[in-house]
Amino acid sequence: MKALKNYIDKIKPHFEPGGKLSMFQSVFEGFESFLFVPNTTSRSGVHIHDSIDSKRTMTVVIVALLPALLFGMYNVGYQHYLAIGELAQTSFWSVFLFGFLAVLPKIVVSYVVGLGIEFTAAQLRHHEIQEGFLVSGMLIPMIVPVDTPLWMIAVATAFAVIFAKEVFGGTGMNIFNIALVTRAFLFFAYPSKMSGDEVFVRTGDTFGLGAGQVVEGFSGATPLGQAATHTGGGALQLTDILGNTLSLHDMFLGFIPGSIGETSTLAILIGAVILLATGIASWRVMLSVFAGGIVMSLICNWFANPDIYPAAQLSPLEQICLGGFAFAAVFMATDPVTGARTNTGKYIFGFLVGVLAILIRVFNSGYPEGAMLAVLLMNAFAPLIDYFVVEANIRHRLKRAKNLTK
Amino acid sequence: MLSKKNKEILLGPLSKNNPVIVQILGICSALAVTAKLEPALVMAVSVTAVVAFANVIISLLRNTIPNSIRIIVQLVVVAALVIIVDQVLKAYMYQVSKQLSVFVGLIITNCILMGRLEAFALSHKPWESFLDGVGNGVGYGIILVIVAFFRELLGSGTLFGYQVIPQQLYDWGYQNNGLMILPPMALITVACIIWVHRSRNKDLQQ
Repeated sequence: MKALKNYIDKIKPHFEPGGKLSMFQSVFEGFESFLFVPNTTSRSGVHIHDSIDSKRTMTVVIVALLPALLFGMYNVGYQHYLAIGELAQTSFWSVFLFGFLAVLPKIVVSYVVGLGIEFTAAQLRHHEIQEGFLVSGMLIPMIVPVDTPLWMIAVATAFAVIFAKEVFGGTGMNIFNIALVTRAFLFFAYPSKMSGDEVFVRTGDTFGLGAGQVVEGFSGATPLGQAATHTGGGALQLTDILGNTLSLHDMFLGFIPGSIGETSTLAILIGAVILLATGIASWRVMLSVFAGGIVMSLICNWFANPDIYPAAQLSPLEQICLGGFAFAAVFMATDPVTGARTNTGKYIFGFLVGVLAILIRVFNSGYPEGAMLAVLLMNAFAPLIDYFVVEANIRHRLKRAKNLTK
Repeated sequence: MLSKKNKEILLGPLSKNNPVIVQILGICSALAVTAKLEPALVMAVSVTAVVAFANVIISLLRNTIPNSIRIIVQLVVVAALVIIVDQVLKAYMYQVSKQLSVFVGLIITNCILMGRLEAFALSHKPWESFLDGVGNGVGYGIILVIVAFFRELLGSGTLFGYQVIPQQLYDWGYQNNGLMILPPMALITVACIIWVHRSRNKDLQQ
């Protein structure tokens, strides 16, 4: 440790203004403060430093994402071996290894592209490097199907980081959630690789591992995909990839085809507990997203015509367990930058996210995943919600003051 | 004919005073007709013709138009020219005219037209007004063609309808970007052009 510190102190002058490598100053600073606590203190006034800075916040979110990510990797392997009919004779670790190797390149691509752009932008503007992409880079591979090509993820990540983040001024300035912009870009630019029944279960091999033929009767449609393409009226019967009926239990545990990190409501709830226990995410947003989703699904159950809108038959619990609803509620809607900031605003924001997610899901079969669009739409309205909440508060207090002086 | 001042009138709108990327006028048609190069080019030529001749006509009439009804007179002149353009397109380029559909008619409401008539033709002589109209039409057209070039290349893999992205790439897994066909990407492409243009012309930055 001491040797490293000495080495860093030795090369430091090169990076200061006027030094040979001064253009890489922010890269140097980023790594220095990553390795060691900065040895400068505030010079004036009294400052209270909270130990929760944005680096720690990001780290906690990453930890909270781990259960869903690890389960997602296992599920990728599980669905694959189920599809080729070799699940029974494959060990737990081989199943996990298959999923791990399938997901790892996506994580690497997302981080390399995103951090590359972030570092370049910081150099060009002589800003400090900020840690905002740490979470986005982990979210992106978790919300795409397993068979989305890597170059598409790279293009979409570059687009999102440049046009949704850097042009607005970098970390903390963006209007829309970066990871969801990436997904929306992929969804609208390359719909054939982001929806349908061919991308959610990997049927080919991964680096030569797990080659095999799919069994008869295989269909890679996600439960929500099945609901969206269900025609002819009648009761909706959701099935897994081999045609067996799915129970609510399966949907909750997450052994269903879907985007990598979004299938297991259980793993996401573990993440939610971590976020809430550490106080990183707002329980108001999370609670109200679920409330909005339940209210809207009940309304759909009662009033929507199931012959025209088959997804209206899903019960509130099924709606929450399927697709990206839970993931969006826990990890996307709670983004402190793009969501509402006032406490009342958080309830309104979250409730509308939940309502819109189910509304889009049920009434527009072209977009079976409504949660992404709901969060993005509400991101645009979050400042407006805050504005009215603040205005209402001002009016309320003025009225009280007037009554007091009477 | 082309004095220094006239040259400025003709060439200014191509870059430093561009109607689309500096004055931000005529954006709606830039979004609507730029998914393919061919309609964008036809639109650019149509708008140039209409602006140039409307400028000349209004400039000739400028001393006789009563001030209180000048907008109505301008509209009548522009509408007449647009109908002529529309009929010519229908007669000689029917397919393109069908693709452009209502947007030819909507040239009447293009802000660039009213802007040039109000700001320039009403106070300048016919020849200068003609140059101003051509300059602004071409300035608008350049942006349209640049946007359409990127949108058609990335969105459809073609230019003027001919495939330019080799089949080999598609076999390797390349796909056309469907988002480029949708209007939002026209907006972002225009924004990128503005970005490049402003960073090359520091005096335009606020």
